[in-house]
Amino acid sequence: MRRFALIAIPYFWLLALFLVPFLIVLKISLSDLALARPPYLPQWNFGDGWEALRAFFADLDMENFVFLSEDDLYWRAYISSLRIAVISTVITLLVGFPIAYGIARSPVEWRPTLLMLIILPFWTSFLIRVYAWMGILSKEGLLNQFLLWLGVIGEPLTILNTNTAVYIAIVYTYLPFMILPIYAALDRLDDSLLEAAEDLGCSRIQAFWLVTIPLARNGIIAGCFLVFIPAIGEVIIPSLMGGSGTLMIGKVLWEEFFSNRDWPVASAVAIILLLILIIPIILFQRNEQKQREAEG
Amino acid sequence: MRRFSWFNATSLTLGFAFLYLPMIILVIYSFNSSKLVTVWAGFSTKWYGELLQNEDMLNAAWVTLKVAVFSSTLATVLGTMAAYVLVRAGRFTGRTLFSGMIYAPLVMPEVITGLSLLLLFIGIGLDRGILTIVLAHTTFAMCYVSVVVSSRLTSFDRSLEEAALDLGCSPFEAFRLVTLPIIAPAVISGWLLAFTLSLDDLVIASFTTGPSATTLPIKIFSAVRLGVSPEINALSSIMIGIVTIGVITASLVSKRAAVARARDEQAAAGA
Repeated sequence: MRRFALIAIPYFWLLALFLVPFLIVLKISLSDLALARPPYLPQWNFGDGWEALRAFFADLDMENFVFLSEDDLYWRAYISSLRIAVISTVITLLVGFPIAYGIARSPVEWRPTLLMLIILPFWTSFLIRVYAWMGILSKEGLLNQFLLWLGVIGEPLTILNTNTAVYIAIVYTYLPFMILPIYAALDRLDDSLLEAAEDLGCSRIQAFWLVTIPLARNGIIAGCFLVFIPAIGEVIIPSLMGGSGTLMIGKVLWEEFFSNRDWPVASAVAIILLLILIIPIILFQRNEQKQREAEG
Repeated sequence: MRRFSWFNATSLTLGFAFLYLPMIILVIYSFNSSKLVTVWAGFSTKWYGELLQNEDMLNAAWVTLKVAVFSSTLATVLGTMAAYVLVRAGRFTGRTLFSGMIYAPLVMPEVITGLSLLLLFIGIGLDRGILTIVLAHTTFAMCYVSVVVSSRLTSFDRSLEEAALDLGCSPFEAFRLVTLPIIAPAVISGWLLAFTLSLDDLVIASFTTGPSATTLPIKIFSAVRLGVSPEINALSSIMIGIVTIGVITASLVSKRAAVARARDEQAAAGA
């Protein structure tokens, strides 16, 4: 009895507040926009019985998905989210790897402090970390003031409200997610392997490419997914840092819902966003599984 | 002994400069007396003063704090239960679905979680406000808590629990007297994680809130959409300060605990 309650309470919580809402999104994505409240049709009440239920299912259709596939705004938004996510993941890797490597090769007594300094920004508000860049990148911002003072540029650059600002903010906010798994992989690396490679005639750079990188592979893959997956659905960064030309699917969904109040289309956008994410999520899970098996 | 190589020292310096300079600049400019945030006009604390006069902000801070305390506590209880079920309950019908529902919210984009919960709340006619945000935050935070707690549960020696049961403890007593003290550090870090996630959340709160409950991130977001403001700088600096003190304290406490544990183990081994 006690075991039943132990299982049932979290189970029903998740059913009611995770699975059921998700099914509602699925259902509304198949419904039509209506000028009512709630603004979608068809609706179904428990009291109406089976006949009504059948009619209800007959009224559901793929219209919103057809609409999405025909309007190229949505295509462009999906493609551009993917592109932004891929590019920023690559940049995060290029920035994050040397830092993870530096920590893994630092004196042992330094490592806990360095790691804490990597994790600390993660506990600070995401919004504030993005906001911090607004003052730096704006037209009258510090970066422009600095570059003008150096004489590198003649007039201020426009960085805020462009895709460049979006990349900077994604790299900045997701950097810890890249560094930590790579560090974990590098930390396990046995130094004697590198020494063996050098004894066998590898240069240090060859040893790095032939030994360090392959052994850090799982960490690199995990880090890339941990940046890529949330970056695709990002809303705050494109809203604050991006310009009118920045299309990201999370922002489109947000605007579809809050500005256009088109719930069925917003739900359809959500479903497709999820379909796009399923592949990287499955690949990520498989990578984690492989890593666990390799360790166990 | 290992020393910093030239290359590693450079990459670490540049890396940490990249991570910390923006926040340091933000804090410095919160003491700027000019209304124009990017022009330095002398030291002043007037924006902190104005912040304390801003009733709206204080209200939002209070709402956020209430939501975070309630939701993280509830999430810790539910998440610990869920972790216990995942690791200890063995097989039961729907176990795969259960573990799926624990892991899915971790990778679910916030916009989808927010949208789906809002549609649920409207569907069942629940008025949106503090209660709905608490429900929403509890749901996604409990999944994080359960991941943290279950990794601790998997790693600890089960025979300790069995010994307690053999010695006449009821399962509940065994949990309270043996399991809970051992997993306590994970439960505490789970709570802290849930608390921070709730404090920090903008997207899900924006979907699930009503006119009566504006949280601090929502307030900040609508202010900064219009551009940089010195008052927001002051507010951000306060939040950065609290987090820094909190994290440093926590790491000192856990370091001291680790030292004490090592000493105990040494003493036990010596005796």
